Amino acid sequence: MFTAMLGEAWHAMGANRMRTFLTMLGMMIGVGAVVMMMAIGEGAQQSIKKSISSMGSNLFIVLSGPPNTAGARSATGNALSLNVKDADAIAELDGVAGVAPTTMGSAQVIYAGNNWNTSIIGTTPSYMEIRDWVIDDGYVFSNSDMRSATRVALIGKTVADNLFGDDTDPVGKTIRIKQSPFLVVGVLNPKGQSLDGRDQDDTIIVPLTTAQRKLFGNQVPGSVRMMMVQAESDKAMPQAEEDINNLLRQRHNIREGSDSDFSVRNLTAIANTAAETTRTMALLLGAIASISLLVGGIGIMNIMLVSVTERTREIGIRMAIGARERDILLQFLLEAFVISIVGCVIGILIGVGGAMLVKSFTGTDAVVTTQSITLAFAVAASVGIFFGFYPARKAARLNPIEALRYQ
Amino acid sequence: MSYVIEVRQIYKDYQTAAGAFPVLKDVNLTIERSDYVAIMGPSGSGKSTFMNILGCLDRPTAGEYFLDGHQVSQLSGNDLAQLRNKTIGFVFQGFNLLARSNLLDNVALPLVYSGVDKKMRHERAEQVLIKVGLGSYLNSRPSQISGGQQQRVAIARALVNEPRLILADEPTGNLDSKTSEEIMQLFDSLNKEGISIVLVTHETDIAEHAKRQVRFLDGKIVHDSYAQSAVMEVS
Ligand SMILES: Nc1ncnc2c1ncn2[C@@H]1O[C@H](COP(=O)(O)OP(=O)(O)OP(=O)(O)O)[C@@H](O)[C@H]1O
Ligand SMILES: [Mg+2]
Repeated sequence: MFTAMLGEAWHAMGANRMRTFLTMLGMMIGVGAVVMMMAIGEGAQQSIKKSISSMGSNLFIVLSGPPNTAGARSATGNALSLNVKDADAIAELDGVAGVAPTTMGSAQVIYAGNNWNTSIIGTTPSYMEIRDWVIDDGYVFSNSDMRSATRVALIGKTVADNLFGDDTDPVGKTIRIKQSPFLVVGVLNPKGQSLDGRDQDDTIIVPLTTAQRKLFGNQVPGSVRMMMVQAESDKAMPQAEEDINNLLRQRHNIREGSDSDFSVRNLTAIANTAAETTRTMALLLGAIASISLLVGGIGIMNIMLVSVTERTREIGIRMAIGARERDILLQFLLEAFVISIVGCVIGILIGVGGAMLVKSFTGTDAVVTTQSITLAFAVAASVGIFFGFYPARKAARLNPIEALRYQ
Repeated sequence: MSYVIEVRQIYKDYQTAAGAFPVLKDVNLTIERSDYVAIMGPSGSGKSTFMNILGCLDRPTAGEYFLDGHQVSQLSGNDLAQLRNKTIGFVFQGFNLLARSNLLDNVALPLVYSGVDKKMRHERAEQVLIKVGLGSYLNSRPSQISGGQQQRVAIARALVNEPRLILADEPTGNLDSKTSEEIMQLFDSLNKEGISIVLVTHETDIAEHAKRQVRFLDGKIVHDSYAQSAVMEVS
């Protein structure tokens, strides 16, 4: 019985191919859009998660310069308000797990005729722990390297690729940073993109002292642009933030009421906000795409209504030879269902293909999950049933005599 | 005595803008097994309305109707569908075949609604199509065969579920006299097999095929050949 009805539905759909196709097209576009948008949303969320976990946990960043304008001023290169002693003092605070005073700049790097412009981070060995960053090959420079300002460097994956290519092992080689020779002691484990979209592997880490004395010599000795501070736990963060503020204000002799000459930012909170924003964006994308699914459903309903009217006589015949109300209902419901399911399957293929295209053309991550496919399927099936029901019921409730007389 | 059809004091009104419009007024009729009845009467006299009631497609406004022992007014929509499916075979003036399906599927359609599986459906549909002389057209479409042949397909469809009763409203209305004659011969042979037949016609020579002639006028039975002969026997 059911298979017979399925056959009938297929038959009826084949009788008016163009119309069936156009109806399905609505469904295909809807489902395709949902799958694709969800893939893009999911991709964005995953890459954000990756960036966040590559950042390190429970992090503050302390910047020199007053709050709000810190970013703008640092670019103009005015005097830096933080120094290494501040870092040591912060390290003594309760709830603080580690501090890494850091200075940054960019420089031209050369190895055997290969040129590469990259960012240089001058910092202490604790930076590696705070950022949860490990070495693939070689070793991290030590505190004694710090004291004697040795010319050693840890290079990121991108730098390694561009300077050395695939064949050469960078560890033990000597590169030139701003003309002075540095020994590569380690290659950093790749971290991928940061939250703001920079390539974190396009960098070289050198001892802070070396950076200050031998690379960026125009700075006041011991002063740093920023510090990375890691709290012991998530719970310790609010107290640690307050303590850092108080401690630095005291050390910098800032009177009550006047602005600080530094700013403390909770990186973890910023990251969470970013993750939340991405999540909302993903939801929004899905919601917008769902509207087209709804439109597709209305298209199905519209065509089914037309179909019921056109086939009034057929319905009358079927009733006269013994179809029950529910047989007629089932027949039309099944037809709507098949249209939406077939449209859905093709739509999923379109969505997956679209997601792959987006990925290959724009480089943004697009991840199709089985969840999104199941969801699209379930929604399409319910749309078929929901929008098919009214026309099907209309058909089932026809008066057989009037239906038979219909021309 | 068991009747296939027993109609007692049936009334049928149609509601129109001008109020209730009576179409059938106090119709009484009993039809025995294997009877062969021709209903005649002028246009608008209520023949089709009566046939629709007999076929359980419509309900009377008042009165009782027993079909094969079932009191039709007591039955649900599903039960009526069952009766139409199993007990009655319909033949229409306009054939009423499904244009999209081939003859085999057209004839097999009632079996879909009685839950017969596909293999069996096609076997039985083929048998009846052979019986009505269309064994070589199984896969044709209704549009590819003549009107007379289409009416044979319709009869095959009416027969496929082995009904007690065939109801035919002007089955030869769209056919020429030679084809009409062939169709009537088919009805004659079915009646000989024991199937009760009630048909509506305007033509006397068609009505002559039946054992019994009933005449409608203005919603009432004004002539019944059986009653006539009974009267004659008495007198
Ligand atoms: N749905 C309806 N609503 C109102 N009046 C109706 C309806 N159906 C039939 N009638 C009226 O009932 C009367 C009988 O109609 P019916 O179709 O039974 O006649 P008939 O004897 O079959 O005529 P014909 O020989 O032309 O087929 C007609 O006057 C018709 O106008
Ligand atoms: Mg009529």
